[in-house]
Amino acid sequence: MLSPIILVPAILNGLLTGAVYALVALGLTLIYGVLHIINFAHGALLTAAMFAAFFAHRMLGLDPYLAAVGLTPLFFCLGYGLQRFVIGPAAHGEDRNILLVTLGLAVVIENALLYAFRADTRTINLSYGFNVVEIGPAFLSLPRVIGFGIVVAVALALWLLMQWTDTGKAIRAVAKEKLGAELSGIDVAHIYAMTFGIGTACLAIAACLLLPTYYVNPHAGNAFVLIAFTIVVLGGMGSVAGALIGGLIIGVVESLCGLYLGESLGQIGIFVIFILVLLFRPSGLFGERA
Amino acid sequence: MKGYAPIGIAVALLACVPLLTSSNVVLNFMVVALLIALVGQGWNVLGGYGGQYSFGHAAFFGTGAYVTAILQVHYGVNAWLGLVIGIAAGALVGAVTGALSFRSGLKGSYFALVTLAFAEVLRIISSVAPITGAGVGTLVKLDLRWEAFQFQSRAPFYWIILAFVAVSLLIVKRLEASRFGAYLVAVRENEDAAKAAGIDTFRIKLAAMTLSAAITAAGGCFYAQYFLFLDAGIAYGPWISVEALLAPIIGGIGTVFGPLLGALVVRSLGELTKLATGQAPGLDLVIYGAVLVLVVAFAPRGIGGLFESLRAQFRSKPVERRHG
Repeated sequence: MLSPIILVPAILNGLLTGAVYALVALGLTLIYGVLHIINFAHGALLTAAMFAAFFAHRMLGLDPYLAAVGLTPLFFCLGYGLQRFVIGPAAHGEDRNILLVTLGLAVVIENALLYAFRADTRTINLSYGFNVVEIGPAFLSLPRVIGFGIVVAVALALWLLMQWTDTGKAIRAVAKEKLGAELSGIDVAHIYAMTFGIGTACLAIAACLLLPTYYVNPHAGNAFVLIAFTIVVLGGMGSVAGALIGGLIIGVVESLCGLYLGESLGQIGIFVIFILVLLFRPSGLFGERA
Repeated sequence: MKGYAPIGIAVALLACVPLLTSSNVVLNFMVVALLIALVGQGWNVLGGYGGQYSFGHAAFFGTGAYVTAILQVHYGVNAWLGLVIGIAAGALVGAVTGALSFRSGLKGSYFALVTLAFAEVLRIISSVAPITGAGVGTLVKLDLRWEAFQFQSRAPFYWIILAFVAVSLLIVKRLEASRFGAYLVAVRENEDAAKAAGIDTFRIKLAAMTLSAAITAAGGCFYAQYFLFLDAGIAYGPWISVEALLAPIIGGIGTVFGPLLGALVVRSLGELTKLATGQAPGLDLVIYGAVLVLVVAFAPRGIGGLFESLRAQFRSKPVERRHG
């Protein structure tokens, strides 16, 4: 049962899956860290991005990795607009309202997709979709290895953005001390929307990485969003490093639970972690004590 | 007995519906709307009066539904007894999840998340556990006798769900005037201040969650008897968690009639959309979501609140604000 021939591939595969989870969680944690809201529309936006990538492939023949180049700015603008013109004004600055507004948006987006495309599950066929890379005893799917590399690159780029650009500094300032940032002349509504845009852009990239090996239907994003919540809670709300490490941990946990408990119960492991962390250490591994 | 008259009038008027029409479509619509009103009233106790927004009331609804159905199918228990046990089981789930969450000090977004997670765990377990019929679902045997809580026509079902709703209205009305209700509202408005004033906020929230879960579970039990079929997605799916919060928020959160008003409005909107666009799936829910966003944005006290402020303007009196 514990032979390395089974265990090592399971762990490596878990890490690859976990990387994409981490990217989804990265958007969520960034939004939480700055706006202090849980974006319940995250899953629906991921689904929308997956559909966008799917149709970019179907209609325009674009490879998903190429589509990411176009979809990322597009979803950045979508996220920016949503926060600036819908969520921000509708919520009147009350946390409870923000919860409800993002939930409402999730219901709208998900069901608009259901109405437009029906419940059919779609996949795309790529010439390299089933190629594998051999690492030690493990055969790893090529698209997922590429995905892992891209997630690392995106995380690095995001870190540089936050560390060295004016926007990044403004975002960090607003996250730390909103009033102080406002008094120093930072346009908080703009920074909120920028953050929401960046978080949504992460989803566009994640969607393009998922598509070569995953299916898309109007509920596809939901599978990821609860996992992303778990990662964010595990890693600490608002912690970027926490999201990355949490993502990898969850990927491995899911893979191992799937191995020992069977496919359908594999997810139980994730939820049990989720509830335990929420109950006993809601600040997560890397978060500050609330 | 002051203040109870509107409840009596509303229930009496609603009770006449089956006398005016025998159309199954209308009655079915009304039964489902009242069911949502009941489930929403459960949410309203905790979310509306207590300010604790649960995104996982499916956990209580599903438990009520499954316990009633499984007791009948596998253990031959009488349906009415099943109803009582189902409500108790739902309340127990509410008490346990509430104790765990409130003991850990979860509130706001965290509370919403943990309730969602509890509902999802139950959904996944019930989708694989043999006793729930796993993927196939649970079918309650057809047995059209009143002893079995099943009826030939829809009218008795309608009166029963109306009676449930009436009881829930009375409970919430009673709650509003009680000491417990006042404590609960204090917790909603400012938990730290309530604590400082000597209120045992943990116990108050826990009691509210248990009551809330019991009311919602009653809806689940009724669902099992009315539709005679359950699966994991129906019982513990997100749809019922959303409906549960939609009705009170749209009708008027933290008010006695909010959930009933909201359920009727939301369900009518859904039906109208279906009439206008055919049976295409999804569009009615798009409307629900959009209405939710619009109500939060423009009518934070729901449709009931909108009426009130219109009436107050008409009398040119200042509007009494329930939520600041």
